[in-house]
This record gives sequence, structure tokens and C-alpha cells, in this order.
Amino acid sequence: MNGLGIHIEGVRKRYGEGDTAVDALKDVNMTVAPGEVVGLIGPSGSGKTTLLKCLGAVIEPSAGRMTLGSEIIYDDGWKIPDLRALRRDRIGFVFQAPYLIPFLDVTDNVALPSMLAGRSNKDSRKRAMELLEALDVAHRAKAQPSQLSGGEQQRVAIARALINQPPVILADEPTAPLDSERALSVIRILNQMAQQYQTAIIVVTHDEKIIPTFERIYHIRDGKTFEENGEGKKP
Amino acid sequence: MISLAGRDILHSWSKFVFTGIGLGLLIGVTLSMAGIYRGMVDDAKALLNNSGADLWVVQQDTLGPYAESSSIRDDVYRSMLGLSGVARAANVTYLTMQVRKGESDVRAMVVGFEPGQPGQPEYLVAGRQITRNHYEAVADVKTGFQIGDVIRIRRHDFTVVGLTRRMVSSGGDPMVFVPLKDAQEAQFLKDNDAILNERARTAANPSLNRPGVPGLLEAIQASQTSNRNVNAVLVQVVPGTSPEAVANEIKRWKHLQAYTRTQMEEILVAKLIATSAKQIAMFLVILAIVSAAIVAFIIYTMTLSKIREIAVLKLIGTRNRTIAGMILQQALGLGLIGFLVGKTAATFWAPIFPKYVLLEPGDAIRGFIAVMLICAIASTLAIRAALRVDPATAIGG
Repeated sequence: MNGLGIHIEGVRKRYGEGDTAVDALKDVNMTVAPGEVVGLIGPSGSGKTTLLKCLGAVIEPSAGRMTLGSEIIYDDGWKIPDLRALRRDRIGFVFQAPYLIPFLDVTDNVALPSMLAGRSNKDSRKRAMELLEALDVAHRAKAQPSQLSGGEQQRVAIARALINQPPVILADEPTAPLDSERALSVIRILNQMAQQYQTAIIVVTHDEKIIPTFERIYHIRDGKTFEENGEGKKP
Repeated sequence: MISLAGRDILHSWSKFVFTGIGLGLLIGVTLSMAGIYRGMVDDAKALLNNSGADLWVVQQDTLGPYAESSSIRDDVYRSMLGLSGVARAANVTYLTMQVRKGESDVRAMVVGFEPGQPGQPEYLVAGRQITRNHYEAVADVKTGFQIGDVIRIRRHDFTVVGLTRRMVSSGGDPMVFVPLKDAQEAQFLKDNDAILNERARTAANPSLNRPGVPGLLEAIQASQTSNRNVNAVLVQVVPGTSPEAVANEIKRWKHLQAYTRTQMEEILVAKLIATSAKQIAMFLVILAIVSAAIVAFIIYTMTLSKIREIAVLKLIGTRNRTIAGMILQQALGLGLIGFLVGKTAATFWAPIFPKYVLLEPGDAIRGFIAVMLICAIASTLAIRAALRVDPATAIGG
């Protein structure tokens, strides 16, 4: 780890208090380097989603430390003041369903996070078009999300996650609704983008088709993570 | 930054437009209610303007001749003419009744006036003024009468010789102008059976039918069948004379009540139509509450249907104020569509109302501001719901 990418250490998350308290995360450690795509696998109730929310600065861990690049995000109860801006500028999200904004066309869906970050509409759209071209959906730039296929929608969602060139992208089961071919295509794109933009990508998945493509996999069970080397098959 | 609200409205424009039309019809009703009130006030003012009087002289201790009944002798006008500062004075009678034409009848205010004197219709849109002493009439166009029509008032037929416009009573009934003598007869004289009955009663009364007093009974009976009363005397003062001063003079020396134009306006607007105005005000309040509730429910439902999108927007870093602004703009957009539809609808249907509906630009501006305020307030419920959305909802789990 060279100080960039994302690193968490001893992260705990407790819901509730007293007898009803539940420890969703007990001792989680994880490091993802820039340009790397790692898998996060675990059964239901293992703490995957809680970990993803902590990584995405949506909920705060009860204890532990998280750094993004060279910046400390959480450190045993301390947190940076503006988590919303952190999510906007430094974390990209790709969801199981693409969750594109239905009333914006493809270009503006991709450009929106950039506009929210204060860049001009023109610059944001130009950057969005570049990403759409890189992801091979530029021909649907003016289409509405409802006019796209599932695979196209997911590529648009990936472009949206990349628009602000975040150091980390969190992908929550991005291939779940897709068939094998499209699922592998999405993973191929994520690998390509990770390399091209030096982004650390964490993919939460149950999908047996794509698990062999990761070089490193984190298993999570009962709120604890275990690292193993993956097969790293090229998708 | 693009307008999220604008894009959402464009994306689901049909939903917005149809909802806006529904809201607009409600706003149209609200504007019409305000127009009905304005029309009532304008009718009252038209009544005063058309009479051409500076003073209304009526029976003492009454609010006549419009708000209460008033009966004074028809020679009172002569004593008015003798007062300093009085230019013209003339008798008038007012009687609201059903005026028949053939098989149908029209509710109208029958005005008795003396041709060429105050009380005469000031202008005609067709035909001529009354030139004969009896059985001619000038009618407001709202009666639906035409020149040459024969109308029946009590026992007599009148020929319509002229038409006028915007000559209405304070209640909005169109006016029919007839010669004073005919109007007095219509208002005060009894039918033949009643006269015969009254004669018999008088003849049977020993104090009125005394033996040895020839001519007494005949004189009494003659006085019972003739009428010397009118409802008011309209007075025009000499230019430069204070109507208040003349009114005080009349009240002091003639034992009559005299009202100036300002006082008469006060009687008509503040007293005569006060209950109707309160009724309309209640309707306006209820309609405003219903409109606010409708906007609130619509915007709230629209927001709830976008919870997932709002969660995604928050997750990718959209500020709360941007999301609140989006909902507020949508509510205002809905209000704008509603107001435009409502104003257009009210403008189209106002002339169809039987009574005068006056849509004033000032009311439209006030209505627009009220609609925008109501929409803004109504959107707070939806904004509250949106701001409570947890961005984590987008991640699920």
C-alpha cells in the first residue's frame, strides 16, 4: 500500500445499546490499492452491507480507522466534517440496480455528480461524453434511462461513478441482474477503468460467475474479514 | 447546475399538466368567488352611479330606499327644490318584482322616474327614452327584452321603447324603467277586489260614514284609491355645494333622512351585502384550505414515488437544499400551471354567470401570490419527507 487507495483497520460497528446491542462489524481490516479490483464475499447477515455503508461514508463506524488516499476519514470516533462532500468527490457508487435518475438523459445522469461538485454544465457533459465513449454507450447519450438495456444502464452507472475520478468505487452486486456474458463484460469494464483511472474498486458479490475474476478476495463472516488470493482469471 | 425540478416536470409533463388542470379548475372557482363579491360591490356602485344623485332623501329613521323600505310623500321634492344649494330634485320608486313577458317572467327592479330628471337611465344602447306619460318602458339588456316587446307589470302592459346596459339593483337584478305614475300604481295600489272590500269596510265604519255629513265617505274612499307616496327623492346639488351641508339641512328642518353618496355606498356595501360577503369569504377560506391540501397530497405522493432517486441523489452528494429546492420548484410549477388554467377558466366562464362577475387584475395578482404561498407551504410536508430519506437506502441491506 503506497498511501493511496483505501485502507481500514480495526473497524467495528455496533447497532443499539445494552442487551439489545448487535455487533455488525467486529474487527474489519481491508486494504485496496489504486488500480486494484477486489471482491467482498459473504453470506447474508455477515455484515457486507454495513461494511459497504461504512466504506461509503454513509454510516460512521463505532471504532477503528479508515483512510482514503492520504486522508484520514474516521479515527476512533473522530470523522472528517463533511461526509457528503467526501461521497460526492471521492467515492463512486455502483448499485445492484443502476438507479439512474429517470428524468435525466444518459449524459446528464453521468454528468450530475460533476455538476454537483461545482463544475460547469459544459465541462461536466464533455467529461461525461468521454466516459460514455470509453464505456461504449456514447450512441445512447441522449436516450432516457428507461430506453436502455440492463447492460447499458449498468455501464452508464459505472460512468456516473467515475465522473469525479474518485480514488475508490464501491460496487454493490453490480452484476446481479445480468446474464453471464454481460456480467463478465461489466467486470471487464471495472478492471479496465481501475487500471485507466487508478481507482480502487471493491465489488460486493454473490455471483459465482465473476468470483474467479478477482485476484484478491475478502471474505466476511460474523463481522470479521478474511483475505485470500483469488484465481484472477481475465474476464 | 441543471434544474432537476424542470427536468422532472418535462419528463412527466402529462402528470403535471393534468394535475395542474384539476388544481386550476379549483383555483378558477376561487377566483370566480372573488369575482362574484367584486361584482356585487360593483353592482351596488353602478346603482348609485346610474341614479345620478348627490343625495338620497328617504323616510326618517330608515336606511331606504335600497336597504330598507321607505315611503315619503311625492310633494316632498318641492320643498327640496326650495333649499339653498339644491339644483334638481325628483321622485323615484323602486320595486323588485317578477315582470312578465308572454308566458315567462323575469325578476327585475322596476324603477319609477320622471323623464328628464335624476333617476332616468343615463344612456341607451338601443331605442329611445320614454316620451309618453304611461305604459312605456326602458329595460336593461339583461332582462332579455327587445325593443317593441310588450311586458306586463301588475295590471298593465308596457311597450319596451329603449334598452340600456349595466343598470342593475344591488342584488344584481336588471332594471326596468317606467313612468313614475305607473310605478306608483304598481307599487302602492291594490287590486279591484281589495279596493271593493276596503270600500265596504269603510262604509260600514260609523265614524267614517256619518249621517248628515255628505261627501265624507266619498272623500275617504277616493283617498284610499289614490296614491301620493314615493320611495325616495333624488337630489342633485349645485356644483361647488357640499352635499353634506345640504343633507344636514334636510335632516334638521324636513324631518327626513338624507344620505350622501359615501353614506349610501357604506349602506349598500357594508350592510346590504355584508352577509353575502362573509359567506363568500368563508368559501374562499375553505377553497384555499382544500387547494393547499390537494397540492400537499400531490407533491407528497410525487416525492414518495421518488424516494429511491432521492436516496441516490443524497448518496452521490446532493445538498439537502438542492433536493428541497427541487420539491419546492415542482410545487410552485404546479401552482403556476394551476393558476394559469384557473385564470383562463374563470375568464371564460365568468360571462355565463347570471349575476355580474368582476375579475379584477388586482385580485388575480393577489390570487397568484396566495397560490404560490399555499404551494410553498404545502411542499414543506414533502420536503420534510425527502430530507428524512437516508442515503443508505440506495445501498439497501
